[in-house]
Amino acid sequence: MLTNEEVRSKVLDIIADIALDDDVTTIKDDIALRDQLELDSMDFLDIVMELKKRHKIEVPQEDYSHLASMQSCVDYLAPKFNA
Amino acid sequence: MSSSYDCVIIGAGMSGLAAGIRLAMFDKKVIIVEKHSISGGLNSYYSRGKRKFDVGLHAMTNFVTAQERGKPFNKLIKQLRIPYEDFKLHPQKYSLIKFPEKELRFNNEIQLFIEEINTNFPEETDGFLKLLDFIKTFDEVNLSNQTQMAKPVVKSFINNESLLEMIFTPLLIYGSAWENDMDISQFVIMFKSIYLEGFSRPEGGVRTIINILLKRFEECGGEIKFNCEVTRVNSKNNRIESVEVNSNEIINCQTILSSIGLPETFEIIDNLENSNHKPRVGNLSFCESILMTDLKPKVLGIDATIIFYNNRPKYLYQKPQTFFDSESAVVCMPNNFDHDEFNEGILRITNIANFDLWNKELNLSKQAYKDKKEEVYKQSRLILEKCGLNSSHEVIFKDIFTPTTIKRYTGHQNGVVYGSIDKSRNGTTPINGLYICGTDQGFLGIVGSMLSGISMANLHVLSPQNSGGLS
Ligand SMILES: Cc1cc2nc3c(=O)[nH]c(=O)nc-3n(C[C@H](O)[C@H](O)[C@H](O)COP(=O)(O)OP(=O)(O)OC[C@H]3O[C@@H](n4cnc5c(N)ncnc54)[C@H](O)[C@@H]3O)c2cc1C
Repeated sequence: MLTNEEVRSKVLDIIADIALDDDVTTIKDDIALRDQLELDSMDFLDIVMELKKRHKIEVPQEDYSHLASMQSCVDYLAPKFNA
Repeated sequence: MSSSYDCVIIGAGMSGLAAGIRLAMFDKKVIIVEKHSISGGLNSYYSRGKRKFDVGLHAMTNFVTAQERGKPFNKLIKQLRIPYEDFKLHPQKYSLIKFPEKELRFNNEIQLFIEEINTNFPEETDGFLKLLDFIKTFDEVNLSNQTQMAKPVVKSFINNESLLEMIFTPLLIYGSAWENDMDISQFVIMFKSIYLEGFSRPEGGVRTIINILLKRFEECGGEIKFNCEVTRVNSKNNRIESVEVNSNEIINCQTILSSIGLPETFEIIDNLENSNHKPRVGNLSFCESILMTDLKPKVLGIDATIIFYNNRPKYLYQKPQTFFDSESAVVCMPNNFDHDEFNEGILRITNIANFDLWNKELNLSKQAYKDKKEEVYKQSRLILEKCGLNSSHEVIFKDIFTPTTIKRYTGHQNGVVYGSIDKSRNGTTPINGLYICGTDQGFLGIVGSMLSGISMANLHVLSPQNSGGLS
């Protein structure tokens, strides 16, 4: 059973690899990732693909909006990590 | 080679390598097959004696610093996960558009170009600033943009014919498959990549870029095969099944990304029934003289990085009736970037050339072909003189390539560099599972073709249901 904190850290690892030049240590959980980091639609696609590659988690396109902020990522992904 | 792949990429040029990295990164089973013994395609390298030469790459467009987020080059390296520093980019000093009456300088800051226009065409400054606003808000990478010619649009901002021609010159010769004009999206792409972002050179030239891409592809577990020419694309019920390589071996696959050009791809499709029009082969090819001199260009009076030379009131960007057009040229001085890694002077003079004439000459007699190359060289020396190169130097080495050289080494029909005038912007073809990337998808140049490979891999292989666009 992964805690929310652990889920958060796994998502953060992915974002850190995608946004090589961004400082990910200061990400605020309740603010949209797009507003804090230089992420565009191509990068969100990468987050989805990394989730699949590293954790076998599938995010269907209609659920992409759940990846908007760190908080919504954790809320949406925690059950999937623990499924 | 195992028997079935998620994707076969045809061609190990810039677009094929970039697409390959994306697919390998996400564990797609991918193989790049390349006809030649090395990668690079139109942007490759060779050695003569102990000297190393680049084929493409006068300069890399789209120069930005690592901090300028969201710009094409930085998006590109982010998608490939390659650190900015690896490219060791050195910006240009300045470039020059040289017409009979006027000259305009530009560098990687648009301010200089604005000042030059203000000095030489004061009545046009306002129009130019408005053109800049128009360009900044244009969505040039939208894959659904319709083809529309740029000159009529730009004329609504710029009245002076001469200035119009000068603005278009670098953009046409660095990126138009069309004669004398270009598609508006392509115009905006080129304008941003040359005037708003600018030129740089990676230390080590083309080899640096290719080595970075190859290394990354291998790290990600991609497979690559050289001396491996795709001789046929096999389909069944309008869906691709496999490719045949070197006329004997079959590789099964789900998808194909072809970077060899649209007409070139159509040529190898096995049975193309329901396509009523064949893509047209482009008209524009080039010849180039590469000279090495004992003294460096700067000492000999040229400190510009690139000179866009034109000796007529109008710039004729079209297939010449003669072997090559000696009244216009791009003159590139690789020594004149911020960092000069060479011991000798290097001068590269590129002219628009006529493929048919060169091809005919080559078939007639090797000697006649050689003599013609000598003529290109002689004219290139005259062009250098007109660009201000002092004659007190020795040429210690020279090499000349022609449209037939380009055809031989890249497979592009008519030796075209910017591909067909028919593009497939969304990459689709009449055959399901077969997609175009690179030059004939519409993004070209070194940075453009890599972006093309990335976006087509994203769109058609990684997320077929997704938009995957660049915006
Ligand atoms: C002289 C010259 C100067 C240039 N200068 C610049 C510059 O300064 N800046 C810039 O940005 N761009 C420059 N370019 C343009 C740039 O090099 C190209 O736009 C870019 O490299 C195109 O890449 P591509 O992947 O689309 O196609 P290509 O490079 O054409 O790649 C296609 C590959 O497919 C291979 N192939 C062909 N047929 C087959 C087959 N049947 N089976 C297997 N493989 C096959 C070819 O060998 C080739 O490697 C220059 C080009 C030239 C020729």
